[in-house]
Amino acid sequence: MTIYSNISANRRNTWLLMFVFVIFVAGIVELIALAVGGSYIIGIAALIVALIFVTINYYTASSLVLSVSRAREVKREDYPDLYNIVENLCIGDGLPMPKIYIIDDKAPNAFTTGRDPQHAQLVITSGLLQKMNKLELEGVIAHELSHIKDYDIRLMTLIVVLVGLVALVADFMLIFTWFGTGSRPSNRGRGEGAVGAIILLAAILAAIFAPIAAQLLQLAISRNREYLADSSGALLTRYPEGLASALEKIAADNEPLEVANKATAHLYIANPLKGHESWANNLFSTHPPIEERIRRLRAM
Amino acid sequence: MSAGAWVGIGIAAFVFLMVLVLWGLYNGLVTSRMHVRESWSGIDVQLKRRSSLIPNLVETVKGYAAHEREVFENVTKARAALMNAGDAKSAAEANNQLTGALKTLFAVAENYPQLRASENFMQLQKELSDVESKIAYARQFYNGNVMSYNTRIQIFPNVLVARPFGFTPADFFAATEEEKADVKVSFEKKPA
Repeated sequence: MTIYSNISANRRNTWLLMFVFVIFVAGIVELIALAVGGSYIIGIAALIVALIFVTINYYTASSLVLSVSRAREVKREDYPDLYNIVENLCIGDGLPMPKIYIIDDKAPNAFTTGRDPQHAQLVITSGLLQKMNKLELEGVIAHELSHIKDYDIRLMTLIVVLVGLVALVADFMLIFTWFGTGSRPSNRGRGEGAVGAIILLAAILAAIFAPIAAQLLQLAISRNREYLADSSGALLTRYPEGLASALEKIAADNEPLEVANKATAHLYIANPLKGHESWANNLFSTHPPIEERIRRLRAM
Repeated sequence: MSAGAWVGIGIAAFVFLMVLVLWGLYNGLVTSRMHVRESWSGIDVQLKRRSSLIPNLVETVKGYAAHEREVFENVTKARAALMNAGDAKSAAEANNQLTGALKTLFAVAENYPQLRASENFMQLQKELSDVESKIAYARQFYNGNVMSYNTRIQIFPNVLVARPFGFTPADFFAATEEEKADVKVSFEKKPA
């Protein structure tokens, strides 16, 4: 697989995600509308609203991600050495310079967001700056730049908002149907009641499966991506050991990253939510085991 | 329709298809050559930056060590060669020559503690080393593109288009022997 096929796969999957999201949201709304005896017009209205929502998010999702992560933009004057490292690696990758953001948190971690290399943001925590030496920092940044180059950022950023929202809608649905069954209007025909029950069942099923599907989606698109970014990052610095020892340090660090949450966890270079290593979390984890990544880097 | 007409249509369709295929191959090669040229400009920018730092550096060193004329001449000559270099090959040679000349210059500068302590000199040294690492990265990107372009024009069926349309292999931007050599690690203690 070449870099160019990665890019086109990411572009295609972004379209697919947006399409599935719009259909999903409009479908759920239509189901509710039918359940409460509304018109199909509501479904069409939902379709239009969802389309507008997705289009806006295509452009603004990264700002949202940056603000929930409490990242602040920094300039060359603030961090000249960091700036220089990023600049050099960008030259090596033939990328335009991304904007650089810092999260003030002692946990060492990093991520990238944006929609294409021309509109990309590189985010690192102040803990990463403190705890890594230059070679390790280069390894981490080269890994992140590979995500930009591959257009991983476009898909991953949209996932934060769209999948996060699907989970939210599903939660809401469950509550809604819960109360809905208790207070059914009594002035309805019998046949309608049977149809209503079926629709209600479908709605409940959707509410149950939506978050699981969302999680599995996140998993499927994230794990191999990390291995790929590791190897192309190592190709850029010509020094796999830099990233390997950086990952080792990150793995050894027990501090959780305060601003990360389930919706943004998959963006980071290493899982920022620590201390939940149960079986279920492993099943749904967005990152490949860090030991395996280190092993592969050292075997290069 | 007669059999002749069918054969005619068949030939026309075949020719049309061939033209389409050649068109696609040609465009692919042009794109690849564009990548090489684009990434060359990445090196060129840094080489220009490097040569623009030289006059200032020479003046600064002259202020402390005016009599080391030969060293200055070599540096200036190498810089002129770099500025006049037209293609990747000659630019690489001139750049490597400049690297050698600068090395002598800095070795000479070691003998002048006042020079080494001067703010201006330290700043120039820092900028030069920054430019040098940028050249190294730009070279990596450029050589990667050259490699894929050169491979592309030589494999079948691209080669059928590359030859008649004059796609010639591009030159790599070669590093100095020294840069290519493995880093030697010494475990002996440095004399205190």
